[in-house]
Amino acid sequence: MSTLGILLTLTVLAAFSYYIGRKRSLALATPVKRGGNDLHSLPSYYGYLVVVWAIIPALLLLALWSSLEKPMLTSSIMSHLPVEYQNKSTDELSLTTNRIHNLANDPAQLATAEPVLKAAAEEYQQMQSLSNTIKTVLVLALAIAGIFIGLRYVKPKTRARNQVERVVQFIMIGCASIAILTTVGIVFSVLFESIRFFGHVNIFDFIFGTHWSPQTALRADQAGSSGAFGAVPLFVGTFLISSIALLIAVPLGLMSAIYLSEYASPTMRAYAKPAMEILAGIPTVVYGFFAALTVAPMIRGLGESVGLSVASESALAAGIVMGVMIIPFMSSLSDDIINAVPQAMRDGSYGMGATKSETIKQVVIPAALPGIVGAFLLAASRAIGETMIVVMAAGLAANLSFNPLDAVTTITVQIVTLLKGDQEFDSAKTLAAFALGLSLFVITLILNVLALHIVRKYREQYD
Amino acid sequence: MSTTTTEKVKATLAKRYARETRFRAYGFISIALSILFLAILLLDIFSKGLPAFTSTYIKLDVVLDAPTLGLEANPTLEQLNAANYSKAIDTSLETLFPGVEERKQKKALKAMISDDAAYTLRDQIVADPSMIGTTQSLWLLADDEIDVFHKGGVDRALPESDRRIKDFQLTWLDKLEAEDRIESQFNTIFFTRGDSREPEQAGILSALIGSIYTMLVTLLLSFPIGVAAAIYLEEFAPKNNFWVDLIEVNINNLAAVPSIVFGLLGLAVFIQFFGTPRSAPLTGGLVMSLLVLPTIIIASRAALRSVPPSIREGALGLGASKTQSVFQNVLPLAMPGIMTGAIIGMAHALGETAPLLMIGMVAFIMDVPSGVTSPAAALPVQIFLWSDSPERAFMERTSAAIIVLLAFLILMNLIAVILRKRFERRW
Repeated sequence: MSTLGILLTLTVLAAFSYYIGRKRSLALATPVKRGGNDLHSLPSYYGYLVVVWAIIPALLLLALWSSLEKPMLTSSIMSHLPVEYQNKSTDELSLTTNRIHNLANDPAQLATAEPVLKAAAEEYQQMQSLSNTIKTVLVLALAIAGIFIGLRYVKPKTRARNQVERVVQFIMIGCASIAILTTVGIVFSVLFESIRFFGHVNIFDFIFGTHWSPQTALRADQAGSSGAFGAVPLFVGTFLISSIALLIAVPLGLMSAIYLSEYASPTMRAYAKPAMEILAGIPTVVYGFFAALTVAPMIRGLGESVGLSVASESALAAGIVMGVMIIPFMSSLSDDIINAVPQAMRDGSYGMGATKSETIKQVVIPAALPGIVGAFLLAASRAIGETMIVVMAAGLAANLSFNPLDAVTTITVQIVTLLKGDQEFDSAKTLAAFALGLSLFVITLILNVLALHIVRKYREQYD
Repeated sequence: MSTTTTEKVKATLAKRYARETRFRAYGFISIALSILFLAILLLDIFSKGLPAFTSTYIKLDVVLDAPTLGLEANPTLEQLNAANYSKAIDTSLETLFPGVEERKQKKALKAMISDDAAYTLRDQIVADPSMIGTTQSLWLLADDEIDVFHKGGVDRALPESDRRIKDFQLTWLDKLEAEDRIESQFNTIFFTRGDSREPEQAGILSALIGSIYTMLVTLLLSFPIGVAAAIYLEEFAPKNNFWVDLIEVNINNLAAVPSIVFGLLGLAVFIQFFGTPRSAPLTGGLVMSLLVLPTIIIASRAALRSVPPSIREGALGLGASKTQSVFQNVLPLAMPGIMTGAIIGMAHALGETAPLLMIGMVAFIMDVPSGVTSPAAALPVQIFLWSDSPERAFMERTSAAIIVLLAFLILMNLIAVILRKRFERRW
C-alpha cells in the first residue's frame, strides 16, 4: 500500500476508534443513574484518548520507516555489488547508486541495462516491495493494537481529558519546535556541504580570491574551465546592487512613511498605504521580468544617448527595480516606528515654535532613529538575499567592478546558476553553491539579529 | 534681547516656511513616485500581455481527398490517425497562393500555419470521417510570427532585414486580409494546454495545476502546524523560559531568511536526505510550508492576542480547562484573523520562485501533473522559463501568465480583506 493509502486507512481507523471509545465510555456511564460510577471526563475525551493510542505510535513508526527505508535498502544493495564496484571512488559509487535507483523506477530503462546493475535494480525493487508490505502490515497492526490498548483505558476513573490535553500540548510544542528544526536543518545542510567544499577549495581562496569561474574541467584538455572559486567579485556585485537598491528605497520609503504618518489626511492614507503595499505583494519574478525587458533596455538607451557604454544587463537596472520592491517594506516599518513616537514630544516641539518639518527632523527622527536603523538593516538583508530580480536582470559574468553600468553578478545568481537543473552532488561546482548559501545565510543572519535587537530594544522605551 | 530674537525669527521665517513646503513636497513626491512606478509596471505588463489572450487564425479551403491524405477507401482508425494532414493543408496554401516556386518562399508559406493545425484537423476527421472527400473551409491556427504581425506587433516601415516577416510574406498576408481569411479569436489554447516550444501552442494549464498542488501541500502542512505553534506560544508557553525564547527568536529570524536558502535546505534535506521526488509539488510544498510558517505563526499570534482576556476568564470561571477555553472559546474568535494571515502567507508562497528553482521545478513539462509526486512546473517558474525565450510571442505569453498570476494574488488578497472587514470587531 502506498504511504497515502496507509494515511487514509489510518484516518478511517481514527474515526472508528473515536466512535467506539466514546460509545464504550457512554456504556460505562449508564449505571450512573442507578448509583454507578461517574465518568471523570466528557465522553468525547475517551474517544480522543483511543484515537491517540491508535494513531500516534502508528504515525511515528510510519515516519521512521519511510525516512530510513531508502538509505538502508541502498546500503544493502551496494554491499551486494561485485568487488570491482565496491572499490570505486565515492563519486563513482554515488553515480552507481543513482543509476540503480533510476533503473528501479523505470522499467523501460531496466530492460536494456547492463547485467550487474540490472540485477541490483531488480533486487532493489524486490526489497522495496517487501519493505513496503512489512511497513503496511506493521503500521496497521500497531494502529489496531493501539485501539485495544486505548479501549482498556476507557474506565470511569481514567482522567481522559487531562491525558488528551497533555498530548495536545506536546503536539503543539512539537509544532512550535519546527522553527528550531528548520534553522538547524538550514545550518546543517549548508554547513556540511560547505565543509565538503572547503575540502576541495581553500577557505581563504574562497573568501579573498578575486577570480570566480566555477566551471570545473570534466576532461584534462578542456578549455575555459579554470575552476576558480574566489568569491570577492560576487560579494562586490551583491554589495553594488544592494547599495543601489537601498539608495532608492531608503529615502523614498522613509519620506513616504513621514508623509503618510505626519502630513497625509486620513482619506489619502487609506488609499495611498494599500496602494504602496501592492508593490510588496507583487512576485519578484514579475519585477525581474520588468527589469530585464523594460528597465534595462531603457537605461541602456538613455546611457547610449549621452554617450555612455552600458552593459545590457547593468547593475543599475536590477538595483533600481529591487529598490522599488523594497520601498513598501522600508516605509511600513518606518511608519510603525514613527507612529510609536509619543505625541507629547511633537507637541513640546510645536510649543517651542518649531514648524512641522523641523519637529520631524529634530525630534521625531532622532527619537525613531534606532527603529529606522533596524528597518534599514532588515531592508538591506532583503536586498542581499533577493534572487529573482538579479537572476533575470543582472549578469552572469563575475566582474570585479564598482561601476553601476557594468554587468555584475551576485551570490544568489550564482547559487541559482550552479544548482539549476540536474547535477551531481559531489563536484566542487555544486558544493560551491552551498558555500555561497552559507555566506548568504551568515550575512543576512547577522543583519537580521542586529536589526531585531535594535528594533526590540527601541520599542521598550515608550511602552 | 527679545526684540533681537523676534527679529531673527522674522528674518528667517520665510526661509523656514519654504523649507517646510519643500519637505512636505519631498514626502508627497516619494509616494507619488512609488505609485507611479506601480502604475508603469502594471501598464507595461498589461499592454504586453493582453495580445496573448487572442490568437490568429487563417481560413483555408482544405481539399480533404483521400489520395492527398494518403488514405485508401474505408480507412481504419489507425490509418486515419497516421494520415498526412499537413500535406492537405500545404496543398490548400499552394492553391491559394499560386506561383510560389522558390524553395525558401515555399517553406515560408508552409510555416505560416502552426504545426498544431494538422493535429486539430486530424482530430476533427477522426471524429467525423465523412469529411473525407469534401472541401472544407477551416479556420487554422497561424504560426506565432504571423500572429504577432496580425496583432500589430511588427512595424512595416522597418527595412526588410530588420524584421522577421519578409516582404513576400507581407503580400500574402495582405491578400489574406483582403479576402477576410485572417482573424483573431480568443486564445483557448493558453488556458487548456501545457508548455510547448512553439509559442502559439504554449499554455499555462500544467503550471497552474502544479501551482495549485504545491499550494495544497503548503496549506495542509503549514496551516495546522502554524496555528498549533501560535496557540502554544501565545497561550501556554511559560514566560522567561530559555527554550520558548529560543523558539521566538528563531521564528522572527526565519521570517527574514532569504527564500533561496530555504531552497538549499529543500535540496539538501528533502531531496538528498529523505529522497522526496525532484520537481514535484510535494517537495515544493514542503519547502514552501517552512517558508510561510513564520508568517502564519506571527499573524496567528497577533489574532490570538487581540481576543480579550475576559473571554478566557469567562470560560475558566465556568469550569472549563485551559485547553477547553482556548480551543472552544478563544480560537473560534481568532479564526478570521488567523485565516487572513494564512491567505496572505499563501499569496506570498504562490509568487515565490527561487526555492522552486533549487528543487528542480524548472523542467520542461507539457503534461498536466496528475498528483503531488508527479513532475510539475509552477506558475512563477513558468514565467521565469518563458521570459528567457527569444520569441516575441513568448514575451506576450510571459506577460499574460503574469496577468493570470496577479489576478490570483489580487483574488486572494481580496478574500483576506473581505474576511478582515466582515469579522472585524471591537471588544
